[in-house]
Amino acid sequence: MNRFLPYPLLSLALVATWLLLNPPLTVATAFLSVVVGWLVPFVMRALRPEAVRVRAPGTILGLAGRVLGDVVRSNIDVAKVILGLRRGTRHTGFVSIPLDLRSPYGLAVLAIILTATPGTLWIQYDSNTGRLLLHVLDFVEGDEWVRRVKDRYERPLMEIFP
Amino acid sequence: MTGADLPAWAAWLVVALALAGAGFSLTGAVGLIRLRTFYERVHAPTLGATLGMALIVTASVLYFSVAEGHLVLRDLLIGLFLTVTTPVTLILLGRAATYRDRAEGNADAPPDP
Amino acid sequence: MSPTLVLTYGLGLAQAMLVLAMVLAAWRVLRGPRAQDRVLGLDTVYLNGMLAIVVHGLRTGSGLYFEAALIIGLLGFAATLALAKFLMQGEVIQ
Repeated sequence: MNRFLPYPLLSLALVATWLLLNPPLTVATAFLSVVVGWLVPFVMRALRPEAVRVRAPGTILGLAGRVLGDVVRSNIDVAKVILGLRRGTRHTGFVSIPLDLRSPYGLAVLAIILTATPGTLWIQYDSNTGRLLLHVLDFVEGDEWVRRVKDRYERPLMEIFP
Repeated sequence: MTGADLPAWAAWLVVALALAGAGFSLTGAVGLIRLRTFYERVHAPTLGATLGMALIVTASVLYFSVAEGHLVLRDLLIGLFLTVTTPVTLILLGRAATYRDRAEGNADAPPDP
Repeated sequence: MSPTLVLTYGLGLAQAMLVLAMVLAAWRVLRGPRAQDRVLGLDTVYLNGMLAIVVHGLRTGSGLYFEAALIIGLLGFAATLALAKFLMQGEVIQ
C-alpha cells in the first residue's frame, strides 16, 4: 500500500505463520516474526503483484461458513457415491458456466472453492469469453449447477473483490 | 509414549477424529479404484485432501493442546498448505488430461467451454 | 481401557487405514491405464503418506513428525506439478 508497509495482508500472514511454527510465544520470537513480516514483503515488491483489495468483511465470513458447510456436505455425498450407497442412476458431465467475475484473485479463490468441494472440478477457464468449464460428478440436467455456482459463490466473491 | 498424560475423554475424541479422517481418506482411495473414467476419479482424492485432512489436523491440534496444556495451532499450517496446493495440482492435472484427450480426439474429451 | 491403550490401538487402526489407502493408490499407479491416472495415484500416495506421518506423530506424542509431514506435502506438490506439466508439453523445464 505505502512505502513503509507494501503489502499489509502479506505481512500479517507471515507474522502469524512464523508464530505458529515457533512455539512457545516469547518476546524474542515475537520480535523476529515482526522483523520477517516487515522485511520479506519488500522482496515481493520486485515481482509487482497487483495489490489485493478486499471489501465486505461480513461477506467474507458468510462465504467462509457457507463453503465449510458445502465441503462437509459434498464430502459425504461423494463418499456415498463411491461406496455405492446412493440409489438411482448417476450421471457425470461437463457444465459450461458464463462467469462475470474478472478479478484474478476472485477467480483464484473460486478455483480453490470449487476444487476443494469434492464433486466439482475446475477444468478450463477461457479469459477471453469468461466461460468456465466444470466437471461435476453428480450431473443434474438444466442450469441447476450454473445457478448454484453463480448464486452461492460468484456473487459474494464479486462483492469481496470488486 | 507420552499419551499417558492425556485424560480419557481427550484420548477417545482424538481417536474418533483420527479414525473419521482416515475413513474419509480411505474412501477417497477406494474411489480411485472404483470409479470408471479419469474425470470421475479426479474427484476421489479430494475427500482425503479436504475433510479427511481437516479431521486429522483437528485431532492433532487437540492432542498437542491437551498434552502441552496450551493451545498448539501449528498443525493448522498443514491444513492451510494443503488447501492452497491441492487445487493447483488437480487443476493442472485436469488440464493435462484435457489437452491429451483433445489432441488424440478421444470421444470422452471435454467440450470447449 | 486406559487412555494410552485407546490411543495406541485407535491411532494404530487409523494408520493401518491410511496405509491401505496408500496401497490402493499405488495399485492405481501400477495399473494406469493412462499416464494421468498414474500421476493422480502418485498424488494420492503422497497425500495419504503425509496424513499417516501426522497420525504417527500423534501415536508417538512427538512434535518432530510435523516437519516431516510438511516436507512430504511439499515434495508431493512439486512432483505432481512437474509430472502434470510434463504430460501437457513433454518437457518439464522450458
